[in-house]
Amino acid sequence: MGGILVVAEVRDGKLFSGTLSAVQFAQQVGQQTGAAFDIFVAGSNIGSIAEELSYYGAKKVLVEDNPVFAHYLAPGFAASVAAAAKQLGSSYVAGTATTFGKDLLPRVAVRLGAGMASEVTEIVGTRNGRLVFKRPMWAGNIVGHVVVNTDVVVVSVRGTDFDKAVKLANRSEVVPFTGGGANTRVQQRFISFEQTASERPDLTEAAVVVAGGRGLKDGPNFFKIMEPLADSLNAAIGASRAAVDAGFCPNDLQVGQTGKVVAPQLYVAVAISGAIQHLAGMKNSKTIVAINKDKEAPIFQIADYGLVGDAFKVVPELADAIKRARS
Amino acid sequence: MKILVTAKRVTDPNAKIKLKSDKSGIQTDGLEYKPNPFCENAIEEALRLNETHGGEVVVVSIGPSDVQATIRTALAMGAHRGILVTGLDDHQMDSDLVARVFAELYKRERPDLFLLGKQAIDGDSNQVGQLLAEYLEIGQACFASKVEIHGSEAIVTREVDGGLEKIAVGMPAVITADLRLNEPRYASLPGIVKARKKSIDEIDIRSLGIDTHLKVETVAYEEPKTRGGGVTFVGGVDELVGKLKSEAKAI
Repeated sequence: MGGILVVAEVRDGKLFSGTLSAVQFAQQVGQQTGAAFDIFVAGSNIGSIAEELSYYGAKKVLVEDNPVFAHYLAPGFAASVAAAAKQLGSSYVAGTATTFGKDLLPRVAVRLGAGMASEVTEIVGTRNGRLVFKRPMWAGNIVGHVVVNTDVVVVSVRGTDFDKAVKLANRSEVVPFTGGGANTRVQQRFISFEQTASERPDLTEAAVVVAGGRGLKDGPNFFKIMEPLADSLNAAIGASRAAVDAGFCPNDLQVGQTGKVVAPQLYVAVAISGAIQHLAGMKNSKTIVAINKDKEAPIFQIADYGLVGDAFKVVPELADAIKRARS
Repeated sequence: MKILVTAKRVTDPNAKIKLKSDKSGIQTDGLEYKPNPFCENAIEEALRLNETHGGEVVVVSIGPSDVQATIRTALAMGAHRGILVTGLDDHQMDSDLVARVFAELYKRERPDLFLLGKQAIDGDSNQVGQLLAEYLEIGQACFASKVEIHGSEAIVTREVDGGLEKIAVGMPAVITADLRLNEPRYASLPGIVKARKKSIDEIDIRSLGIDTHLKVETVAYEEPKTRGGGVTFVGGVDELVGKLKSEAKAI
């Protein structure tokens, strides 16, 4: 029985904090199986990230620091992750269920002859000696219990369902590693990255999310209504698919089955009707407030507090009232 | 340019999915089947690339003979022919098996591009395109919102966390479609009539020599936890702020 290999995600030159949810997952697998875990990180100039990763109780932190890895590309990264898992004899490989992990981990699975469970939300127990994982299906309307039948098991971990691992005093061994992925022959290259400009908290990390829907009419109105509300709560801004499809705001604000999954302390849905695909992305929020003109809108069925009214009138009032209440 | 594109049959994306009373699976009585929405984006993109670059668009799927209807929808949109691999029901497939079947079809057809939906709205695994690319040891561009062909490369804009990433992938390559890639067309009446005469080859899975043991099995199902309490409607903004502060302690 080998250990667990956690694949760290580097985003914008920094450690992506969702990685620590994957570490938490590895610790939980360790509690079930008695196995230790290691961490693999690849990138360019990532010495400080490797150092940061060495305080979470991993046996080893493998670091592949190479200018070729300045930008993530699936074929090379997958080759190196798989090489690390082979060298360590890992029985599990776990990473984030973000666009990084979703893109990368299936390729790792093929290289290891492994099956992969996507977006795991919980470890349920064991069945015939194998771990059983919960994962959402049908936009979260059904929860499946899955078993992976291969010697090596690959898992992407849904960050909102695992607490972040806690930093420890002891330092893990940091080991430079070369997995061969830098020399991949697959023809694929990075051209450019157009970052969504935002001074706000990351959508998947924020304690408060305010999200707007198609009822906000157009892009200028979307931001005119949502920004003061977000400012009053120090919130991230999200959107329904309808609002993104209509071009009100960038795609990476989309909350839902095919967008981001969020579970903040407070979620305020503004002029969002509440299609099942949207609910799949936010229904685990602690407190949900819905503001909608239509009292019959499905969003009210999962909201804790509902306010029936015109967003254009109510939301500016709400932003002011929250500012007063918090001052 | 030759393109293979997938047309998965899924349960109606707008239907409320419920479990059977014995929880052995979902209730399928009266449930309609539709093409996977992400596959529709992939099919639309294949047709647009074909309009610019010529060649052939071949629609592929796996499942019982009924899945011919799903392929036929894509043929009515304008695809040229179809291939259906039969002998496997939905519960007899996992992403890995689907990818290995597609890899076999790739070897027979040798396309320049293999287009798929980024995920199916039933299993929500988001794996097949990536698995296929690795089995074929070729490049991948997943979650595509724009595709352009420049010589022997596909230039693809990808919807990733934090923004839009542009990459170049040498062909042959795998591309998976995100929702904003395009607006899928409806089949026209002449298209539907023409589609009746287009060929769909059926291939029995047993003739492909593929190991059909599953790597990933769904062994049980449950309904998600429902939120307790229900909604409290408030009369106005001040009441809402009061409740968020004193009751929910959310602000």
